[in-house]
Amino acid sequence: MVYIQLLWSFFQIGLFSIGGGYAAMPLIQHQVVELHQWLTMNQFADIMTIAEMTPGPIAINSATFVGMQIAGISGAIVATLGCVLPSCVIVTALAWFYSRWRELPVMQGILKGVRPAVVAMIASAGLSLLLLSFYGQSAWPESWGSVNGISVCLFAAALLALRRWKVNPIGVMLSAGAAGVILYSVF
Amino acid sequence: MKEKKKYWTLFLSVMQLSAFTFGGGFVIIPLMRKKFVEKLHWLDEQEMLDLTAIAQSSPGAIAVNASILVGYRVAGVPGALLTVAGTILPPLVIIAVISMFYTAFRDNVFVGMAMNGMLAAVAAVICDVVLSMGRTVLQDRKLLYAGLMAGCFLASEWFQVNILLLLVVCGAAGAADVLHERRKERLA
Repeated sequence: MVYIQLLWSFFQIGLFSIGGGYAAMPLIQHQVVELHQWLTMNQFADIMTIAEMTPGPIAINSATFVGMQIAGISGAIVATLGCVLPSCVIVTALAWFYSRWRELPVMQGILKGVRPAVVAMIASAGLSLLLLSFYGQSAWPESWGSVNGISVCLFAAALLALRRWKVNPIGVMLSAGAAGVILYSVF
Repeated sequence: MKEKKKYWTLFLSVMQLSAFTFGGGFVIIPLMRKKFVEKLHWLDEQEMLDLTAIAQSSPGAIAVNASILVGYRVAGVPGALLTVAGTILPPLVIIAVISMFYTAFRDNVFVGMAMNGMLAAVAAVICDVVLSMGRTVLQDRKLLYAGLMAGCFLASEWFQVNILLLLVVCGAAGAADVLHERRKERLA
């Protein structure tokens, strides 16, 4: 029974979280903490912290975490599948639609208009991460002087490696992680 | 045989990228662009932007949606299923393991240091993709699209305008522009 509840709960989370990431957080909180009381608020805060520290979408991470707590590995798998099921159906349909109609003039126009918006969106997400990295918060800082020097240096080195020498981004991330451990230990 | 190898490359690439999408779903976009546009040449720059727009406007996690779209474009429905599996496997395994001793992981100093270091690199990865994708948009040499790009950035950054609304407005502006151009060509 609990499997069906897990599947249905995370199916709804997957279906209604448009815009990804942090848009999904209140939905997850409602289902997991308030409705089913699978986790306490403290556990929920913990999973959000861990979701930020580990790769993967927040919704998938919390599905796995909650599933593990409730019903072990099989619970984790069921909750995760519930979470991606809506995407699988809807996005595959859209992919088909895109493949079939992308040559239409109207579609060409829509896509052409949307592209600059996408770049702006990514730039905006990037700026939040940059501020989080430099100032420890994703909002504009109150004073510019409180910048984290190590982060600035790592950012500059990473950007140079990516632009100038076309280094693989995954290699850049791993090196920055290792450099972080060394630099923060020393200073 | 060649098909089989393509499926494998697709699955392994997506799995590898998913294991490194720290800091939110958008991070997978630059990683995918590097892999599927620059390295494997399975998609072009424009298509990557289109797929990002669709992934953003659909329900669910952006990383999962983008993977489904790339999988479908490269190898149809089997490709989409393969990329979904590849995308959810790394977080599933990592979180399943961490959930067994999560307080120790959360409070570990070295984990925190490594994460801080990686965050700076993630910001650089996004910065890199914005520069490359932005150049593609500006190559058109049309004021409309440069204006839309700047306008959307300001609207979402300073006025917190809903992203879906911006996508709709920009899509309509683009459609109007293309149809208008075609009409001019026909009259000329």
